Amino acid sequence: MASLPLHKRARNALLFGEAGVLPGLFLLLIVLLVLTQPRFLAGTNIVNVLRNASFLIIAASGQMLVLIVGGFDLSIGAAIALTSVVSASVMAGLPGAGVHGAFVISGLGVLAGLGCGLAVGLANAVSVAVLRVPPFMATLGTMSVANGIGLLLTNGIPVYGMPDSYVAVVGRAIVFGLPIALYAAVIVVVALWGVLNLTRVGRYIYASGGNIQAAAVSGIGTRLMLVTAYVLSSLLGSLTGLLLTAEIGSGQATTGESLMLESLAAAVLGGVSLRGGVGRVELVALGAIFLLTLTNAMDLMRVDTRLQMIVLGCVLAFAVSTEVLGRRRQAVRV
Amino acid sequence: MMARAAIALPTDLRAGEKSVAARPVERSTLLEMTGISRRFPGVLALDGVDFELRHGEVHALFGENGAGKSTLINIIAGTFPPDAGEMRYRGEPVTDLTPHRARLIGISPVFQEFSLVPDLTVEQNLFLGHEKVAFGLLDRKAMRQAAREIIIRLGFDLQPERKVRDLSRAHQQMVEIAKALLTDVHLLILDEPTASLTDAEAGRLFDLMGRLKANGVGIIYVSHRMAEIRRLADRITVLRDGRKVATVGTADVTDTALIEMMTGRTAGALFPAIRRPSGSETLFGVEQLTLADGSVKNASVTVRAGEVVGIAGLVGCGKSELIRAAFGLEKIVGGIVRCRGRELHGLTPKAALAAGICYFPSDRVAEGLALSRAVRENISMAALDNAAFARGPVLRLAGERFQAQRIADKLRLRPPRIEQRVLNLSGGNRQKVVLARAMTRDLDVFLFDEPTVGIDVGAKVEVYELIKELAERGAAVIVVSSELPEVMNLSHRLYVMHRARVVAELQGAEISEQRVLAHFFADSRHG
Repeated sequence: MASLPLHKRARNALLFGEAGVLPGLFLLLIVLLVLTQPRFLAGTNIVNVLRNASFLIIAASGQMLVLIVGGFDLSIGAAIALTSVVSASVMAGLPGAGVHGAFVISGLGVLAGLGCGLAVGLANAVSVAVLRVPPFMATLGTMSVANGIGLLLTNGIPVYGMPDSYVAVVGRAIVFGLPIALYAAVIVVVALWGVLNLTRVGRYIYASGGNIQAAAVSGIGTRLMLVTAYVLSSLLGSLTGLLLTAEIGSGQATTGESLMLESLAAAVLGGVSLRGGVGRVELVALGAIFLLTLTNAMDLMRVDTRLQMIVLGCVLAFAVSTEVLGRRRQAVRV
Repeated sequence: MMARAAIALPTDLRAGEKSVAARPVERSTLLEMTGISRRFPGVLALDGVDFELRHGEVHALFGENGAGKSTLINIIAGTFPPDAGEMRYRGEPVTDLTPHRARLIGISPVFQEFSLVPDLTVEQNLFLGHEKVAFGLLDRKAMRQAAREIIIRLGFDLQPERKVRDLSRAHQQMVEIAKALLTDVHLLILDEPTASLTDAEAGRLFDLMGRLKANGVGIIYVSHRMAEIRRLADRITVLRDGRKVATVGTADVTDTALIEMMTGRTAGALFPAIRRPSGSETLFGVEQLTLADGSVKNASVTVRAGEVVGIAGLVGCGKSELIRAAFGLEKIVGGIVRCRGRELHGLTPKAALAAGICYFPSDRVAEGLALSRAVRENISMAALDNAAFARGPVLRLAGERFQAQRIADKLRLRPPRIEQRVLNLSGGNRQKVVLARAMTRDLDVFLFDEPTVGIDVGAKVEVYELIKELAERGAAVIVVSSELPEVMNLSHRLYVMHRARVVAELQGAEISEQRVLAHFFADSRHG
């Protein structure tokens, strides 16, 4: 295709680039909020939005990895829930087993939680990369299993008894005015950005999602890339689960229930292609912040929760359709 | 021989046929297009093009990829309207054409991209959109009957009840053609129809075209294959950059003149002369190679440094599988792959690349490119373990950009922007991105699998130049191709494969079309 005139290229970049309509929408939302809702700019409100966004950013980053390699991770919410239940149970149970010291107990609990993430991720990875089960079915299966285990362990009753210091530090500490979860999210985004853009593994992940055959012909171990993406996704889910559990102060089998759908929404809003090969973590983070800001805006405007769901659905459909439309324009046959 | 009256035609055309037979010289105009223009975002695909098609004429469209051939046939088929210009069909002005209305008035296109639903059967696909109905229900019996009839008439070996998914590409192509001929056809559009057919199947298609022609059907034929155009076309219209260069009678023009018209530059000989290798060191080879799926049996092939070795053979003879196995893409059950005297066992693409072997797949979209990623990333894809591109696990982005741009410029990538997605490139330029990998790392064995399939002559010449350059630099090159002139003219030595085995090895002056063809059909009882 011949090179486009400059103004058209600029318009395409603004509207239909990898970022899609997200930056524009986000800017519009912020301007509207600043003009009409003075409470939005209050320090506590902003911190709250960012805190809630942090959990979504971490989970959506994991979801993004799996989307890039051409899959889906329906089990990410279940990984969060299982981590919550198991880590809380371990922390609550250890003193009775003769283990003492808040630091040791917390550490073992965290390891147990991450172990759950690892197990879920490996189960997904083996199903998809080795047994070649379609990702949708594979992760649906692990989702059901993980949810079942969580409920079985707790009978649906919240697990209390984590060390107070763990809840106080990981869940509720404020450093330089910002919650710990936000720092964790920033670290995750920066680290993933680095891995995806600066390292061979990152490039291989994009290549495997872009065209798995071409990647294999290029000498890339595509199976390993799939495994990496699925395991990292579940581990990031696990991290989200640990942070949420600490914040709530108890382990619950319903923790992170809504995060599976929200993580998909944030990733797609951030321009991640559902066909694989395309996705940028910084835009996914922006997508997550946008979703939470929108929710916050509607809360401030006292919009009915049920109506909020409808609005969120419409925004998501709009964002995806503009992305698809932009693709179609690019792919015009000459 | 098949019955001549077999192809259904409306009665008025049959009457027309008689009058044509009486006055065979002047054929009346079927389609006339004047001043057709069409703009796409950022590109003027057609610019004031005139085109005329007569009854009973085969009119070839010739031009490089992106010259406007596809746009023109899409306008005729009603896929999208022209922005400007007039179109008259059988004397009547045509406006607001849609694909559906085009079919109703007898315009049938067969595009390169198939319009078939994989999970439906051949028969269901044939009647898709115009199913036969009796009392409001599908009339399966009638459709089965009609499907069988058309298949028998065409002489295709197709089973109506099979799913299209299970068919080979060649058979899918046959379904596509049968679908186009199911309705009453006055104007048939064939876009690269022989790309996936064997010679015998293509021959049957050509016979059919002859019969349609005799019945007064006008045929627009798009192909890159000079020999076919020579054989079939009455007239040729050459397009370049969206403009018509000329319409010429096939008999009045030479191949060289056609290529010059198409590329807009003086073409030297199509095939470069490649210097004979001086040394005799065997760089690469396979010995007694046998594959798990039986597609190659006891095959031995060697290449010396600086030598270009061709492998010719019919579709399905195992020639592609042989080099794919040598790159670790097919399962080997017997024999040895040897590179620089070292035996390679448990070969994988990664190990092959590390040993200096590079394979260029024939299906660029399926196996060569990540379309959604940038040109730069596609170029460096196979070389990221190389010091020029990465320091340990960390990429050297500046170095990568520099190398990719250098290689893209050298291969004359158009447009030369390395950050654009491969999706936006034409076929020839996509091939250049795949070939660019040859220059990203230290490699000395190059395996080309159908290197010029589906690309235009201009891009072909550039591919041949690359092969010449690689060989003269001392690399060992194997070219596998179904285009006989290509392997015959490029190769210093030529192997012929037939039914999974290497049946001949020809050198220098021994390489001739007769000899090669003789081996193609040596022990074949059909074909």
